[in-house]
Amino acid sequence: MSLADTATMRTRIEETGLLWGLVGLVAVLSLLPIGRLVVEGFAPGGQLSTTALGKVLTSPATWTATANSLVTAIAGTVLAVLIGGTVALIATLTDIRARNAFTFCFVLPLMIAPQVTALAWLQLFGPSSTVLKLIGLAPPLGSRNPLYSREGIILLLGIQYAPLVFLTLRAGLRALPKELIEAGLAAGAGPLTVLRTVVLPLMTPPLVAGIALCFVSCLGNFGIPAFLGIPGNFLVLPTLIYQRLAGLGPGVLSEVAILSLLIGAIAMAGILLQDFMMRRRDFRITTTSSAARPFELGRWRALIETLLWTFAVLVLALPFLGLLTTSLIPAFGVPLNAATATFANYAYVLLEHAASKRAFVNSFLMSAGAALAIVLICVPLGYFLVWRKSRTLRLLNLAAELPYAMPGVVLAIAAILLFLRPVYGISIYNTVWIIVFAYLARFLVLGLRPVVSGYLQIDRTLEEAAQIAGAGLPRRLATIIFPLVAPAAVAGALLIFLTAFNELTVSALLWSSGAETLGVVVFSFEQGGDSTYASALATITVLVTVALMASTNLFAQRLPQGVLPWRD
Amino acid sequence: MARLTIDRAQKRFGSFIALDDVSLDVEHGEFLAVLGPSGCGKTTLLRQIAGFDKLDGGSIRIGDRLVSSAETHIPPEHRKLGIVFQSYALWPHMTVAENVAYGLTVAGVRDPERARRVAAALDLVGLNGFAERRPGMLSGGQRQRVALARCLVTEPSLVLLDEPLANLDVHLRASMEDEFARFHERTGTTMVYITHDQAEAMALADRIAVMDRGRLLQLATPSMLYREPANAIVAGFIGEGMVLPAAVLSAPQAGRCRVSVLGVEAVVRCRPDQAVTDRAKLCLRARDIGIVAGGHGGLSAAVERLSYQGGHFRLEARPAANDDVVLHLDAAEPAPAQAGEAIHIAIHDGWVIPEHGRPDEAA
Ligand SMILES: Nc1ncnc2c1ncn2[C@@H]1O[C@H](COP(=O)(O)OP(=O)(O)O)[C@@H](O)[C@H]1O
Ligand SMILES: [Mg+2]
Repeated sequence: MSLADTATMRTRIEETGLLWGLVGLVAVLSLLPIGRLVVEGFAPGGQLSTTALGKVLTSPATWTATANSLVTAIAGTVLAVLIGGTVALIATLTDIRARNAFTFCFVLPLMIAPQVTALAWLQLFGPSSTVLKLIGLAPPLGSRNPLYSREGIILLLGIQYAPLVFLTLRAGLRALPKELIEAGLAAGAGPLTVLRTVVLPLMTPPLVAGIALCFVSCLGNFGIPAFLGIPGNFLVLPTLIYQRLAGLGPGVLSEVAILSLLIGAIAMAGILLQDFMMRRRDFRITTTSSAARPFELGRWRALIETLLWTFAVLVLALPFLGLLTTSLIPAFGVPLNAATATFANYAYVLLEHAASKRAFVNSFLMSAGAALAIVLICVPLGYFLVWRKSRTLRLLNLAAELPYAMPGVVLAIAAILLFLRPVYGISIYNTVWIIVFAYLARFLVLGLRPVVSGYLQIDRTLEEAAQIAGAGLPRRLATIIFPLVAPAAVAGALLIFLTAFNELTVSALLWSSGAETLGVVVFSFEQGGDSTYASALATITVLVTVALMASTNLFAQRLPQGVLPWRD
Repeated sequence: MARLTIDRAQKRFGSFIALDDVSLDVEHGEFLAVLGPSGCGKTTLLRQIAGFDKLDGGSIRIGDRLVSSAETHIPPEHRKLGIVFQSYALWPHMTVAENVAYGLTVAGVRDPERARRVAAALDLVGLNGFAERRPGMLSGGQRQRVALARCLVTEPSLVLLDEPLANLDVHLRASMEDEFARFHERTGTTMVYITHDQAEAMALADRIAVMDRGRLLQLATPSMLYREPANAIVAGFIGEGMVLPAAVLSAPQAGRCRVSVLGVEAVVRCRPDQAVTDRAKLCLRARDIGIVAGGHGGLSAAVERLSYQGGHFRLEARPAANDDVVLHLDAAEPAPAQAGEAIHIAIHDGWVIPEHGRPDEAA
């Protein structure tokens, strides 16, 4: 073989090796867990068996939880669509001021952990509410917190996920060619008529996508029904799975596998319905064409701005105030004033409580590690997906979406099944590594989306110039491609970090002593009645989250529009 | 031996044929321009040579090495050529010096040799003070020079340039044109230069390959292309040629023959094997025809438009013999006629377009 042929061979081996390495990795992270779960559901221990299946399907608890799941998910979605849809229309199509600040505030609940939202709202209402006590409006002692109910869960799900609808709809509205609106106006229709007859019909695809996303998120949510439902024994599928597993241990794995398949099937039905209704997937990240000129609100502007901000304060500031005030009192129920206010709870969770201290380290390292690892996977993955248009990977791209589209408990159960017994002599069950695996699988797509839109914006000749200069793929990735997609990759890493840092759904089932996460510790404080500690810890996570989100202003100019949900 | 040989290259995008049996070769040290309207497949041809796409048929050789065919594909990083991209493709995260040094680093050249060659390349394009700047801080012309320096620093034996001047303003274009010409003289590098601007191609190239809709129409020296277009499309495209139906009346003698066109007879250039036929096409240029002094003889035509070109007028006239054609011709000041007036036109020269002109026949 001549020298040139050897070099060509080496290039080919490098490239195919990298490609198939990625294919294998994505398959292990996405297809393997779901596959393992399906096997367990129908053939536990490798034997086809319907014992577990029959047991689960005949249990009335299953169907109560299913009904509860459906009701809360559907009602929560309706609420989220009403709130998120209205706000998206106003904030995108009209000339309100301070749009960026409002977007930041409105999207914030999405970035705050559901269990923290739940905790905050619990602290706001109820007989022991520090805030209500401050203004003398607390309900009488002994009365029940109204949020411990189905309606409470629906309310919080609606508020938590309204930003999802807002984001999908806003992306759609931005892609709406302005000529369509202008043509309507030119034909003599008023703004409201144009909205009803032109804008809304055209917004069906993003709206349907938003609804599906919202439904699946509500269905899979663990934090809100765990905090609001478990005390009143109102169980949905994720909390039922949690209780079964926490109470009875791995012996019931086959049963919870079937429960999680059930919830997975409902989620899939939601996604398929959406696919059926619009045939094309919406990836939430779309670039703008020329956006429509905003409708002028004229003299209504001040009023509408006031309403929007009042709403933001109600759903954001007040609950957080509840959280903050509770975190500052020495014991639950003590009113807050200059004499009682204390930082003792913060000192306790930061310096004394061993599990809580560990959780900080664990959550930080696992989130950062997952973010870093996923970025390192996504940069070459995005390269093959976008620039090489690899067909194998296109299919796997859909597969990568699977663990994120599935409710978190489904993935958690799958991870338990995969790692309960040592794999090749290595046991990661009951260690932090099983959580890391679940994070990698679940959040891969969070990193992939921004990176993909980053690639779409980069002129590929920049890579071709390096190729002509003689650089092979590994070198091009390191010296040219990575620096160019870095801003988008950092945005993805940040999204992953924030989501994982605040996450409870996956770790609630996978944690073990020594491998606690912040979400788990907040949850166990609250379950143990230590609301003051829980509030202090939750307050810290909220502050970290907000600080990190705000820090993105530093490099926001270099990002493709839409990759950071809280940036307008 | 030819530096670059393209043999019946075929490239399809789906059912669209972007390159249709293109064959050409470029001599060692030659400056070849590829000329054609936008969308005719010039960039596609260049991408095949560079190896960014895989060929559907035919073959490409660089030197005597087969680099592309339906079966073989040497990746671009092993083809050892240089490209100046239309968008320059300078890496924004590197300084000018780092951009230029990249190819050397990849090839394993280390400092101080590398630094010396980078400095020499920047010197060559007149940018020695700019080594530490980022590309974003440079003007269009300076970016163009950096791209050129980056491409030349590794001394490739074949350099491809994709409309390198298209993004520059007219002023800068002229001076860069000079620079390319001088540069080619100094280094003797084989160059394939893509452009849609025929003036640019004419000024720079040893030979020009004219393309249209994925096909090579003619490959010839600029002067041949202008004087003896191989077909009607080239005749119309190059130098605003007018293509008129004509009859060849006599067999060629000393490269000329007698033709009848628009009702008059004229003696024009033609190929030595031009047959007598009444279905020939004649290519006329503005300078081939002129107004007959005194107003008699020649063909009569009505002036339609008159436009001042600085120093002379460009006239558009419709001949009485054929309403479908418009002739254009130049006339010195003062204006010989006004719009609507009749003039008489004499044909001094012309070229009979060969019936089955092969692309490389005139080369
Ligand atoms: N990757 C591609 N996929 C499909 N069609 C292409 C692709 N690249 C070029 N074409 C088509 O091939 C034709 C020639 O393009 P190109 O070579 O870029 O023309 P130009 O002569 O302007 O450089 C155009 O019609 C273009 O639309
Ligand atoms: Mg081109």
